Amino acid sequence: MSVVAPHDGHRPVGPPLWLLAELTYRCPLHCVFCYNPVDFAKHEDELPTDDWLRVLREARAIGAVQCGFSGGEPLQRNDLEILVAEAHRLGYYTNLITSGIGLNEQRIEWLKEAGLDHIQLSFQDSTREVNDFLSSTRTFDLKRKAAALIKQHGYAMVMNCVIHRLNIDHIDRIIELAVELDADYLELANTQFYSWAHINRDQLLPTREQLVRAEAVTNRWREKLGSKMKLFFVVPDYYETRPKKCMNGWGNVFLTIAPDGVALPCHTARMLPGLAFPSVREHGVGAIWYDSEGFNRYRGTGWMKEPCASCPERERDLGGCRCQAYMLAQDPAAADPVCDKSPRHAELVATVERLQTPRADAPAMPLVFRGRKESLATERQF
Amino acid sequence: MQAPADTSVATGVPRIGRGFRLQWEPVQSAHVLLYPEGMVKLNASAGEILKRCDGATPIDAIVADLEKAFSTSGLDRDVRAFLDIASGQRWVEWV
Repeated sequence: MSVVAPHDGHRPVGPPLWLLAELTYRCPLHCVFCYNPVDFAKHEDELPTDDWLRVLREARAIGAVQCGFSGGEPLQRNDLEILVAEAHRLGYYTNLITSGIGLNEQRIEWLKEAGLDHIQLSFQDSTREVNDFLSSTRTFDLKRKAAALIKQHGYAMVMNCVIHRLNIDHIDRIIELAVELDADYLELANTQFYSWAHINRDQLLPTREQLVRAEAVTNRWREKLGSKMKLFFVVPDYYETRPKKCMNGWGNVFLTIAPDGVALPCHTARMLPGLAFPSVREHGVGAIWYDSEGFNRYRGTGWMKEPCASCPERERDLGGCRCQAYMLAQDPAAADPVCDKSPRHAELVATVERLQTPRADAPAMPLVFRGRKESLATERQF
Repeated sequence: MQAPADTSVATGVPRIGRGFRLQWEPVQSAHVLLYPEGMVKLNASAGEILKRCDGATPIDAIVADLEKAFSTSGLDRDVRAFLDIASGQRWVEWV
């Protein structure tokens, strides 16, 4: 994405180039690292088709060009083809972000006809056993079939595999599988610790040693594959000393619409306290993007506290991730503790160090699989 | 001294690469090239070149058309150099 100048009170706010339509929180999988809010089951009142069609038109009118359909599992919506067709007609580049569950010959033909441009397929691991264990289902063979369908219909094959302590040592096999499936791109994205992954953090954070090994394996494959397949390796934030420029800046490029119609600067921002995010049921997309308190609160640099406010790097990362600041420093306007200039960075380092060697005397914590029952039972919102 | 243009693109017929889409965006007042989950905002000359890459027009004709449209000459080398970069990025492919 080209970078649009951040809002600082002088420069104008650019258009929301990326519209992420989270069509549903429903999903047949139960992944332990799911980024949907932990209380997703309390937001089940999904937007009807007509509202989605209006959102697509309004966002396009103010300049959105990329449209992602995600979830949950977007194939759970049987109006997906209608929405893709409208998005295509409006001139969006249309992306489907799917686990592949529910993709069959008929639906991929309908989607192709509707003008779907691109499909990103997620895998949990390279082997049936681990894939099915980590998503708590028996889906691996279905995913392989989905991958074959994607190729047969002339789409580029873009695979995403979420990496963490329990599968990072299989990275060689994961890449081999991507080669077998003739993938054009493979994103090896280490889990970041939000939502369900945060609940399971102690079991999912890879050790430093694991990361070093995995990157070395990835680099060997890069050399071997050359331009045949592009490999992306995303390190967990917890091992960085500078934060990411989260979402390329708050309210800068990305506009997420949650399944119930709440508009968010990113898919986890709903967790932040003291911010009422507007719903597309009540407001137009243009007013939401340009005028709402929720989207303006952390735009640019004017909201920053020290050490960000006077930091020479403040424009580069915009203080990092607001959700991570809230989760780790209990203050959404604090510096992201990933940054080693943050006064809370030492605590994060201590956590990472503690998790290098699981203590034998520590109580074994069970992995919490994402599920409706678990979601309804939790006191947590995120 | 001018280096000769890359001969691999001397007589080819370029078209927009698979998975890419070129379109004019009024809100940005620019041509953009869209691809999976991303976008390149093009400057005016890149936009003018790419919109002529229709899979039917050979590179010589594209150069001639540009020179006519902008009442200029000597664009050959720049166009070829740009298309060389563009094909390296997979923005264009050769028919």
